Amino acid sequence: MANFVKGHFLITILATIAGLFVYFFLHLERSWEIVLVVGLAVLTMVVSRRKNLIARAQETCLQKPKFSISVFFVAAVAIIFALRSEHFALLMLTTVLLYITVCFGLTAQFGFVGLVNFAGIAFFGIGAYTTAVLYQYAAIPDFLIILASGLVAAVIGSILILPILRTKGHYAALITIAFGVLFRTFLEVNDTLGGPQGLKVDGISVFGLSFNENINLGLLGTGSSYVTYSILALVLCLVTFVFVRRMENSWVGLNMDMVRHDEIAAASFGIHPPSWKILAFTLGNFFAGLAGSIYASMSGFIAPASFNFADSLVLVSIVLLGGLGNVFSVIPAAFLVVVLPEKLQLIQEYRLLIFGIVVILILRFKPSGIMPRGARRYYPSLGVKK
Amino acid sequence: MSLLSVDRLTVSFGGLRALDEFSFSLSEGDFVGLIGPNGSGKTTFFNALTGIYKTQFGSVSVDGNDVTKASPQAMYEVGVTRTFQRLRLVPSLSVFDNLIVGSQRGLNTNLWWNIFKRAGLRKKVDEELSRCSDLLSQFNPRLVGTLLSPVSTLSMIDRRRIEVCRALISQPRILLLDEPSAGMTHEETRMLMEDLLTWKERSPSLAIVLIEHEMGVIDRVTNRCVVLNYGKKIAEGEYQIVSQDPLVKTAYLGEE
Repeated sequence: MANFVKGHFLITILATIAGLFVYFFLHLERSWEIVLVVGLAVLTMVVSRRKNLIARAQETCLQKPKFSISVFFVAAVAIIFALRSEHFALLMLTTVLLYITVCFGLTAQFGFVGLVNFAGIAFFGIGAYTTAVLYQYAAIPDFLIILASGLVAAVIGSILILPILRTKGHYAALITIAFGVLFRTFLEVNDTLGGPQGLKVDGISVFGLSFNENINLGLLGTGSSYVTYSILALVLCLVTFVFVRRMENSWVGLNMDMVRHDEIAAASFGIHPPSWKILAFTLGNFFAGLAGSIYASMSGFIAPASFNFADSLVLVSIVLLGGLGNVFSVIPAAFLVVVLPEKLQLIQEYRLLIFGIVVILILRFKPSGIMPRGARRYYPSLGVKK
Repeated sequence: MSLLSVDRLTVSFGGLRALDEFSFSLSEGDFVGLIGPNGSGKTTFFNALTGIYKTQFGSVSVDGNDVTKASPQAMYEVGVTRTFQRLRLVPSLSVFDNLIVGSQRGLNTNLWWNIFKRAGLRKKVDEELSRCSDLLSQFNPRLVGTLLSPVSTLSMIDRRRIEVCRALISQPRILLLDEPSAGMTHEETRMLMEDLLTWKERSPSLAIVLIEHEMGVIDRVTNRCVVLNYGKKIAEGEYQIVSQDPLVKTAYLGEE
C-alpha cells in the first residue's frame, strides 16, 4: 500500500516539475531568463540521472500508464489556463503540440519500420490545404473536416509509398525529399489553391462556440482564442500518443521492428515487410494531416511559405534528437527545437545551422538520442518482480 | 512420398551457376549434412529453397505440392524454417521478442485488435511467454532466466541457441541450419549439437539439413550427407563412405 501511494505521489511531483518548467519556458521572454530555465532543466536532468532518478521515474510511470497520462494531461491543461491571456505563448504551445503529433507519426515511420520521411511538413500541409478548401467549398461538420484532412494526407501518402517500396535506404529518402519540394512548388504555381498568396481558412466552431474568438472563462476572466485550439491540439496529441504507444507495445510494433532491422529474417518467418511499411507510412501521414488541419484553422491563413523543406528537416531532427523510436523523447525535443529559436532571437537566424550541428553531434556521440528507446512492454507489469 | 523433393534446381547469378541442377530429397526424421568447400552453393541452396533467391530452372515440392516459386512467407507457412550463417537476430530486442517472431503464424497482427483489445493481448503475451520458457527449458534450462533481457547481453553460443529456438518455436517440419558452429569453439559446437540431438529425440519426425564445416560434427550427428562442389552434387551417402570418395577428397584438398 505504501509503495502504491509512493508511486502516485512520485508521478504527481514529476508532472508538477515538468509543468513548471514548460510554463516558465513559454511565459518568460528575456533571453537570459530562458537560458536560466533551460540551464536549470539540464542541471535537473543531469543530477537526477546521476542519482538514477530518471530511470526510476520512467519505470514508475510505465507501471501506471493511465494514472501518469491523466496527471500529465491535467498539468498540461493547467499550463494552458495559466497562460490564458498570452496569445504568443499559447500559439507556440499549440504549434509544439501539433509538431509533437506529427513527430509521433514520424516515429512510427522512421523509428518503427525504418522509413525516413523528409516530407513530414508536406503531409502537414496537405492536411492544412484540405481544410482550407473544404471550408470554402463544402458544408460539412468541422470535426469531419479535420478527419477528412487526415484521410487525404494518408491517401496521397499511399500513392507516394508505391515508388518508395521499390527502393531502399537513401533512395527512399530521396523520393520523400523530392515529394516535399514538389509539393511546395505545386502550391506556388496553382492558382486554384491561392498560389504564393495562399488561402484564408475559417476557424472551427462547435455548437455556436467559435474557436477564433476570445472566450469567457468565468472566474478566470477572458481567455485568448488560442486556449480552445491548444486544448484541441492537446487532445489530438494525447490520442496519437496512446495510439502509437499501444502500437509499439504489441505484435504490430514487434513486426515493425523486425522489418526495420532485417527484412530477410522477417520474411523468412512469414512477415510481409511491404504491408507493415504501408501501414506505418499511412498512419504517420494521417496524423500529420490531422495536425495540419488544426494548424490551418488556428492560423486562419495558410501559404506555401509555411511548408518549407527546412521545416521537414526540423521534424526529422526532433525525432533524431530525442531518441529514434522512443515516443516519449519527442516531447522534450520538440519543445527545445521549436520554442528555443523563437525565444532566443540571437540564434533565430542560425537555427538550422545549430540544429545541423546538434544532430551531427548526437549521431556521432550518442546515436540512440537523449532518451534511448526502452524495451517493449506488452503490458504495464510485464517483467516486474512481484 | 518424400517430405521434400528438389529436382534439378538451378540458380545463376549472371554467368555463374551457383547451384547447378541440384537434386535432393528428404524424408521425415532425416538428419542430413550438407558439405562442400567455400562457395560451393550450400547457402545458395538454402536461400533458393526458402524463396529468398529466384531459381532459373528445376522444381521444389513439399509433400508433393509444388513450391518452386513460393515466397519466403509461403515457405514458412508450409513448415520450412531456418537459421542464418551470420546471425540474424535483433540484438537490441529481448530474447522473447526475437523468439516470438518465429511464431508469427500464431500471432494476431490485426491493428485494431492490437490497439484496442489490450486484455486479450495481455493474455496472449502471458501464454506465449510460458510457451517460450518451456521451449528454452527443454532446449537449455539456463536460458529461461534471460527471456526478457536483450539478445545483445548474451554470449555467442546462447545467441545461436536462441536462433535455433526461433526456428523451432513454430514446430516446423523441415529445419535448415546454416553453419551453426560459425564463430564458436569446438566445445561450444559440441554443446549446441548435444542440445539439438536432445530436441531431435523428442520430435523424431522433424527433418534437419545441416551445413557444417567440421567433419567430426557431420560424422556424429547426421545419418546421410550430400557433398556440393561448384554448385553440383558430387556425392551422397553415409559420411564414412562419402568421405572416402576420391571426388570429395579432390574437392576439399585439391589435386595431388
